[in-house]
Order: sequence, then structure tokens, then C-alpha cells
Amino acid sequence: MPACAIEEAIDIKGYVEIDPEECKGCGLCVAACVQKVLSLSPQLNRYGYHPATNEEKPCNGCGLCFYACPEPGAIRVFKAID
Amino acid sequence: MSELKCIHGKADCFYEHYERKGEAQHQTHYCPGCGHGIAHKLLAESIDELGIRDRVILVSPVGCSVFLYYYFDVGNVQVAHGRAPAVATALKRAHPEAIVISYQGDGDLAAIGSAEILHAANRGENYTSIFINNAIYGMTGGQMAPTTLMGNRTTTTPFGRNVFNDGYPLHVSEVIATLEAPTYVERAALGNTKQILQAKKAIKKALETQMKGLGFSMVEILSPCPTIWKMDPVDAQKHVREGLAAVYPLGAKRDRTKEAEPRPAHIPAPALEELPRILKLDKGSDAAMPAHHETVDFRVKVAGFGGQGVLLLGQLLAEAGMDYGLEVSWLPSYGPEMRSGTSNCHVRLSNKPVDSPFVSSPNVLIALNEPSLRKFISTVEPGGLVFYNGTAIPADCVRADLRMHPIPFFAVADELGSTKVGNIVVLGALLSATGVLPLEVVDHALPRVVKAEKWIEIDRQALRRGASLLCPEVPVHV
Amino acid sequence: MPKQLIKGNEALVKGAVLAGCRAFYGYPITPANEIAESAAVYIPQAGGVFLQAESEVAAINMVYGGASAGVRTMTASSGPGMSLMCEGISYIAGAELPCVIANIMRGGPGLGNIAPEQSDYFQAVKGGGHGCYHALVLAPASAQEMCDLTFLGFDLADKYRNPVIVLADGCLGQMMEPVEFPTTPRAPRTPEWAVDGTAATRPNLISSIYLQPDDLEKHILKLEAKYKRAHVEETRWENYRTDDAELVFVGYGIVARILKSVVEKLRMQGIKAGLLRPITLYPFPAPELRRLAGQAQQFFVVEMSTGQMVEDVRLAVEGRRPVEFYGRCGGNIPTAEEIVEEVFAHV
Repeated sequence: MPACAIEEAIDIKGYVEIDPEECKGCGLCVAACVQKVLSLSPQLNRYGYHPATNEEKPCNGCGLCFYACPEPGAIRVFKAID
Repeated sequence: MSELKCIHGKADCFYEHYERKGEAQHQTHYCPGCGHGIAHKLLAESIDELGIRDRVILVSPVGCSVFLYYYFDVGNVQVAHGRAPAVATALKRAHPEAIVISYQGDGDLAAIGSAEILHAANRGENYTSIFINNAIYGMTGGQMAPTTLMGNRTTTTPFGRNVFNDGYPLHVSEVIATLEAPTYVERAALGNTKQILQAKKAIKKALETQMKGLGFSMVEILSPCPTIWKMDPVDAQKHVREGLAAVYPLGAKRDRTKEAEPRPAHIPAPALEELPRILKLDKGSDAAMPAHHETVDFRVKVAGFGGQGVLLLGQLLAEAGMDYGLEVSWLPSYGPEMRSGTSNCHVRLSNKPVDSPFVSSPNVLIALNEPSLRKFISTVEPGGLVFYNGTAIPADCVRADLRMHPIPFFAVADELGSTKVGNIVVLGALLSATGVLPLEVVDHALPRVVKAEKWIEIDRQALRRGASLLCPEVPVHV
Repeated sequence: MPKQLIKGNEALVKGAVLAGCRAFYGYPITPANEIAESAAVYIPQAGGVFLQAESEVAAINMVYGGASAGVRTMTASSGPGMSLMCEGISYIAGAELPCVIANIMRGGPGLGNIAPEQSDYFQAVKGGGHGCYHALVLAPASAQEMCDLTFLGFDLADKYRNPVIVLADGCLGQMMEPVEFPTTPRAPRTPEWAVDGTAATRPNLISSIYLQPDDLEKHILKLEAKYKRAHVEETRWENYRTDDAELVFVGYGIVARILKSVVEKLRMQGIKAGLLRPITLYPFPAPELRRLAGQAQQFFVVEMSTGQMVEDVRLAVEGRRPVEFYGRCGGNIPTAEEIVEEVFAHV
């Protein structure tokens, strides 16, 4: 599995990585995110969807968005391990 | 400094790229917000976590999830609409070590395949059924499903589902749960993350049930179909939570996982050398008798009431003929008439290969009752022999060109102790009249036809008593 | 091995087990019941699976599953059940799965009756189910062939990865004749394309879906190429006194047996009669019929139907010789005597 986009986690509990080309913009992850870090991007991906994005904001890595997402490979959730 | 570790990502059980979908494809074919993708992820994670990927055979249905095999890197079998439980049954029975999972929608499982799922469940087949219930036909474009809610408008219920026309939403899990055999049946939903995580638990438990050999397991999953429902994915998820779940209550409907006994282990197959014994191939004519060289062309019709031993008489004649080196055939009348009323059979004995096993113009007629005599007397070849169970041939059945022997065979048998051997008395008379076979050949064949030992001795007596009824005559015209 | 006097239906099952058949999925129907009943006795003892399904629809899909799993699998039925199985047979052919299906034909259409007919020829030979496919169709004419052609059927099914239908009738199933069984049983083995729940077969897929028109066309042409190959390699027939025959009968199964009597009766009356008995109905022995058309004056087809195979005979003979037809149906079996009468009336 490829490494996280953010190589070093300084004061970060967690991070969500969304593949914009895999996302269909259904918004279920946005609705599931209790920390409200996710939103739908104003950009369109190559399939014509507004993909979900965290705008590179960190989160607590709870993983709720992952289970809400219907695409097998659209979301990866990272959590800080001491 | 802490390290970021990936805690949730694409399950190993999924292909990296969906080559079967098309080159370099990495997205599913499902609509945005479709529940299938979520259910796939739950199943894939469960397979990974249980470490069973190599053992899994996944049965793809017909419906939106027809292309399950695009995504799952497991053994895949795609099947006809509704038939997944039948296919899964045979896969599992062929390979009990495999983990067989069928995945079906509500049209597939609850409508066209309702018989298959009911009986697979009732047999307690040790496979896992994932049943996606979104209360609509998705792939075909939004027709009513058996699980469609009352009043819902679909393309085939344009004025709403009406109980008088369409009946009620089918509660599959509850129906299956009434059966004795199923081990674990739970209804879950994809209405929010909590429900989704509970659905995963249920899937995992179902798979564990199968792995332990405990029997049939099924997880029904209430799932959103935003496109056909014409809802935003978030609203569709809410409808699962509030609309579907209100009609289809969530939770375990049947859980015998604690008390169920594992299925008995598979009995290992016997060695190939055992087959002749198993198939009883060693039981047959041992060709101990001398080969027959005279010209023989016996076309025998045996007819009588059911219960008179018509078929057995014919079979014994054929068995003995075979032992004597003759070509033989035996053809019964069959069907309802063999269960009551009349019975007849055709027997041929020949020193040449038997062409037709039908005896349309017999040269020997054995008529064990009057209706049979009347029915067949006109078909007997001139010069032929007739054995009739009676004291005299009815006047209108007498033919001058035949040798006719009216004998009360069953009365003779009664003197021997049982009317049941009347047929054997006839055979004895036939053999003595024609000399076609020595009595000893019949003695030899008897144990293969008459299974109960106590009858064999009385049969041998009956044969000889029959033979004594007539002086040997010149063999029948050949 | 000693000869056994045995019913055709039972001989068929023993032949199947000797051919390595280790799964039978069926549903009761007269006159095929002895097949399921014998299978229930022998196949579990041989380490296989016998299951009475809830319907013929389920049974044929269990066959699909057994075959997908790489097990030599069979079923047996008769007219109404065969109609239900047509769906599954189409899928089996489309997914290129091997299996053997015995059809012990009875009277139709509808419930008809349970007496013998040969009225499922079209269904078996021309398809029955949907799509461009063929089953290979074998037509036994004796208890011995009920065993031997079933044995062969499993080999052909594997060779071509295609369903094989053993097309018999109620008479052949019910009659007893001496049978000598094959002495070298086939050992069960899992073909490399099967899906058996192991790492080795994990990449395998059994499916009949080809979504893109070009892909499906390619697949259909692949199937067609198999059938063409079968025409070359598998066409089987029996010639009976055709060497000098001017009148050639054509009949299969039990009818061919009766036609041998007819040939003998006509020969005694100075008529040079012979018989061509197709053993494979698909592939049909058309080349042999064409060959005989150069020599014979006339063909005479007899079937226990209103005329189904006769269409293939006419196609093969290409109008070069007259092709007469005589059929009985409803469960009536033509006698040699009545066929002889027909010959004198029409030839």
C-alpha cells in the first residue's frame, strides 16, 4: 500500500486520503463525517463528479467516512500511532 | 513524533484494477451512493480478516451485482437469475472445504429464485447467502420487487403497489427463520455507519458459521438505490434507516450458532478398484452354462393381472436364456397400468442378436387371465404356443393353427403351498413344452431374480411341477 | 466381468459412475425415475453426491454448480422436466461446462403421457434454450449403449466443455438386456479451469456473460468452432445392410431396432433394404446420408413423432432422392409389420 501523502504527522491524530478519480461524489462520506472535515470539491473529476475532499485538513481518523463510502478504493484512513 | 498508519483501505480481497470490467478500470460500475459497493467492502474485509480468500467461491447473481466477479479476487461463478442457491449447493457439496458465498438481490432471491433459496435454507446447506434488499428492480430499470413497500410507485406499479393486485412486501428473513434447518439469519441495513458496522459483524458471523460447518447462514441487507428511488444518496440512506427498516425490522431472526452441531465430515471416496463391488458388477451371468448353438427365435408375450408375477416370469426366462448363451431382451409395459390392472412384458430369446425387443407377433403367448388372452390371441403367429391360466380356452378364442394349453396354473401352485409361484409353474410348462432351456439353467438364474431365499426352493419345486404338466413336445416353430 | 441383465436406466447410471460421475442432481419424473433411484444408491457409495432437487430448474443449476466445481456431474429427466432444464442447459453451454443430461423421452406436448416418444428431437438437437448453442446428442439403441454412450458422453463433455444429452426413450430405459460394463473406470480429476476453492483456481471465472457485442460474437464463434470440430471428429452412425441397399431406412434409438426387423422382413421378400442408424444426432451423420444418396433409390424415415429428424435427413439428402416418412406418436410404437405395410403402400 502506498504511503500517506503527508509523510510526517506532527500533532495529527489522523488523516483521510481520497482518490478524486475514484470518487463518484455521492456525499455519503461528507454526511458521515462527524468532524466536518469533508466536503464536495467544486472541481469535477474526469468522470464528471464533484469528488469529496478534506482540503488536506487532518482529522481524528475515526474511519466513519470509509464505511460510508461505496467505492472500494476511494478512501484510505490513516491514524497516528505513537 | 508519531507515525501515520493506514487503518482503512482497499481490502486485499479486491482486485487492484478491475481488468474484467475493462483495461485499467479501478471504479465500480455502481451508481453514486449505491449500497452494493458498501456491502462489497464489508464482505471483502470480512474475507480478509478471516483469512479465507483462497477458499472462497463467490456466486454472482443476475441484477446490478451481476459483475461481482469484476471486483473480488476469489474463485468466481456467475449464474442464472435466481439460481444462486442451487449452484452454491452443488459447489459446496463438491468441495466442502471451500467457503461458498452467494450474493443476490431481492428480485433474484425473493422473486424468481424464491424456491431455490427456500429449499437451500431448508436443507441447511452450509453456505452463506448475502441478500441485498433495496425493494426495487435496479438493473431492469425500476420495476416492482417482492419487497417493494406498499403504495410505492414503480414502473410496473405506476399507481402504487396495491395489495389486491400485488400482495404484500415479502419478509424473506422472517420466512427463512421459520424453517428448522437454518443456523443464522440476520437482517442488517446500510442506513448509517452504525448499521453498516453491524452489517459487517453479521456478515463475519455468517461466514464463521459456515467455516465451523454449522449450516445455512444468511444476512439480509437493506440497501439504498438512489438512482431508481430518485433520491439524493444521503436521502436514500435516510430512507433505508426510516422507511425500509420500519417495514423490515433489523436484528437476528434466527441464531442457533451456539447449539448447532457441525455437519458430519465428508466420507473419503473409495478406491477406484472398489467400484465393481460397489456397482455390483460382479453379480451377473457367470457363463458357466454351455453356449447354445441350435437355432432359437423365441418371441414371448406374457400378460396378466398386476401381481401375478408377469414381469418376473419374463425376467427369469431372459436371465436363464442369457446364462444359456442366448441373446435376450425383456421389455415391460410400464406406467400407471403396472401399479394396478393389467401387466405385460415382451421377452426375446434368440441365437442371433435381438433386433426389435418388441414382440408384436409372438410365437409364445402366456395369458394369465382371460382379458389378456382375448387381447393378444389374434396376434400369435400361426404354429405358435399358447399357455392359458384356466381350465378351458373360451370358445371364441380357440384357434386351430395354434397349440393351446389351458391349465389352471395358479390352482396347481396353490397345491404347492402358494399361488404366488403360479408364474413359475407356467415357466416349467413352457420349458417342458419347448425344450428351449434345461430346468437347471433356470435353477441357476433364480437367485439373481428372486432375492428372498425362502422362495427359491418352492420356486424350484414349482418349476418341476409345471414341467410335469405337459409331455415334451416338438420345439416351437423357429 | 460377467454380463448383467439390466434395465437401460440402471445401465446408464453404472456407466456414468464408471466414467467418473460423482454428482447427480435430479427431480422425479416417469419414465426416468430408475436413473435417479440408481444414482441415489450408487453415487454416494462411490464418494459422490446425490441430491433430489426441488425442481428441474434447481437440478440443472446444481449441475451447473457441480460442473463449475470440476466434478463430472449429471442429471436425468423426461419431456416436461427437460423443458424446465432448457434455461440451465443454455447457461451450461454458454459457460462451457461439461455435463451429461439423460432425456428418457415420453409423450408430449404438455403433460402428454409417460409412454415412449421421440418428440424431443428438436428440443435436444436444435437447442431448446436460448442463444446459439448446441448440445452434443447421443442416441442409444440398447441397454449396452445406455451404458456405453453415457460413458462416452462424459469424455465428450470434457473434451468439448459442452453439455451432452443422452436422448433415449421410455422403452430403452425400461427394457432389460445383457450388458458388459467398461473394465477401466475413469478416475475423477479436477480440470484446471474449474473453481474448487483453492489458491490454484482462484483466478478462474465461470460465466456466460460477454457484455460487448464483439466479445460475445467472438465467444459464439468459438462455440461454433467446437461444434464444427465435433462434426469432423464425433459423428457416429451404424450401417446395417446398406452395402447394396436401394431402400435405406433411417431411424434412431428403439425405432432403429424395429427397423432392423423390417429390413430382414423386406430382404426375405427380395427388397434390398438397409438401415442407417444415427448414433450421434448432433452432430448428425449428414455426410453418410449424402453418400448413400448416391447409391440408394429412396429413403424412408421412421420416428415416434410426427417427423422431426426427417427434416435433417431431407437437408442431408438435398432433394436428390425421395424421403418418405412414417411416424407413430402418443406413445404408440410402430410394429415391424405395419412399417412393412407402409413401405408397400408408399414405395
